[in-house]
Amino acid sequence: MINTLAEMFSYTFLVRAVVVGLLVSLCAALLGVSLVLKRYAMLGDGLSHVGFGTLAIATAMNAAPLTVSIPVVVLAAFLLLRISENGKIKGDAAIALISTSSLAIGVVIISLTTGMNTDVCNYMFGSILAMSRDDVTLSIVLAIVVLGLFILFYNKIFAVTFDESFAKATGVKTGLYNMLIAFLAAITIVLGMRMMGALLISSLIIFPALTSMRLCKKFKSVTLCSAAVSVVCFFAGVVISYVKATPTGASVVLVNIAAFLLFWAARLVLGTKLKETLCRRIAERRNAS
Amino acid sequence: MALITCQDASFAYEGSTAVSGLNFEVRSGDYLCIVGENGSGKSTLIKGLLRLKAPQSGSVLMGDGLGRNEIGYLPQQSAAQKDFPASAYEVVLSGRLGARGLLPFYSGKDKTIAEENIKRLDVGPLRNRCYRELSGGQQQRVLLARALCATKKVLLLDEPVAGLDPVVTQELYRLIETINRETGLTVIMVSHDIQSAVRYASHILHLKNTQVFFGKTGDYLQSEVGKTFMGGARHD
Repeated sequence: MINTLAEMFSYTFLVRAVVVGLLVSLCAALLGVSLVLKRYAMLGDGLSHVGFGTLAIATAMNAAPLTVSIPVVVLAAFLLLRISENGKIKGDAAIALISTSSLAIGVVIISLTTGMNTDVCNYMFGSILAMSRDDVTLSIVLAIVVLGLFILFYNKIFAVTFDESFAKATGVKTGLYNMLIAFLAAITIVLGMRMMGALLISSLIIFPALTSMRLCKKFKSVTLCSAAVSVVCFFAGVVISYVKATPTGASVVLVNIAAFLLFWAARLVLGTKLKETLCRRIAERRNAS
Repeated sequence: MALITCQDASFAYEGSTAVSGLNFEVRSGDYLCIVGENGSGKSTLIKGLLRLKAPQSGSVLMGDGLGRNEIGYLPQQSAAQKDFPASAYEVVLSGRLGARGLLPFYSGKDKTIAEENIKRLDVGPLRNRCYRELSGGQQQRVLLARALCATKKVLLLDEPVAGLDPVVTQELYRLIETINRETGLTVIMVSHDIQSAVRYASHILHLKNTQVFFGKTGDYLQSEVGKTFMGGARHD
């Protein structure tokens, strides 16, 4: 095991990928709790498709992928948020509309320029080789910004997630914090997209939150637990993909599925045990009286 | 001076006037019930009182040093909230958010105030329980404790008993009455339950897209509007 790890980390590209991946999974898990609870989980999925479109455009223009993707995806996030909040088109339909549009635009641009090749496959399903040194620096800086903002605004994010009307009434600018969450989510998605793949990145946002909600009962413990679950699953996924030579993104998702099932089973077991103890206590009390 | 004064105020919802001709004042220690049928402008008025919506015309004045974000609000519950993983303590403490302003973390004083309100509403045993596992009545108590954390003067309750069973409903009404009587906190409640409204409230505001009645509860019961509405409610 240790030999495998040592061997893995002798490759610079793998070290880069793991560093960026761990940071991205951490950010995605933290934001995911809020997004899932606010019923905005599909926002992540929609944004990753927009990201696919921008990657195609960046490649066609020979531009750096992150510099094109970040502003466009952030804009798309604000747009989707506005539509979900007060649009005539409902949020889920709007997301489907925008994500399929960007997918179509991306595919057409690719086939007009480079043609359908392995690049397209990499955009869709991710590639561990995708991170250049500049990407790594930018990713680390952005990930630290995301984490810092999340910690700084943790209490506000809780209030806005739990009860927007109350937060608004006590003078919290809920619109602003919704935009902050969408903004941070957009950046996280763009950072993780090329490694995880445009079709798979939203799993990093959704799975850890849902997994930890099986067992945890406080917002703080849900947040911390999903951060831990996400980081562990990512690392395990990368190691498995290295050992078995499977695609990284898909392997990470599979580990996340396993974690989800594990937590679910744990809740079922704990739940039954709790019920048994309660029933026994009630019976004892009855016998005593 | 009155705590809240509405002078010829009207409020609009999506461009069209939802409620107009509002002339009433709420004094410190009052227990005001806002009644009226669905779509009579109650929710819009709440937004106006919370200063989330500016009056279309006329004015809403806050007196007695009542600050902008110092109304303790108990909103109607959303579907997403019902299965939210948060401890009761976390929910109550979030009531202090308005007092925090831009500061990121809660202070010791905030936590003390949260503890006081947990004790006052007798939700101590629930503090580490998960919000989604509480019964409807327990959830409302927790939310009421949160609202108390946000205010020293006024509670604004939006149909607090919706969806509760009769026993819990009466308990909650009595609790609100106790808070009003013992601490002198002003209570403004939107209610569909006219029988309980006239039983507990000191004042009634009846809306029908305009102000149909405002005054003491005793006068309301004698008024034509009151008699009709009460009669109608009885046949429901």
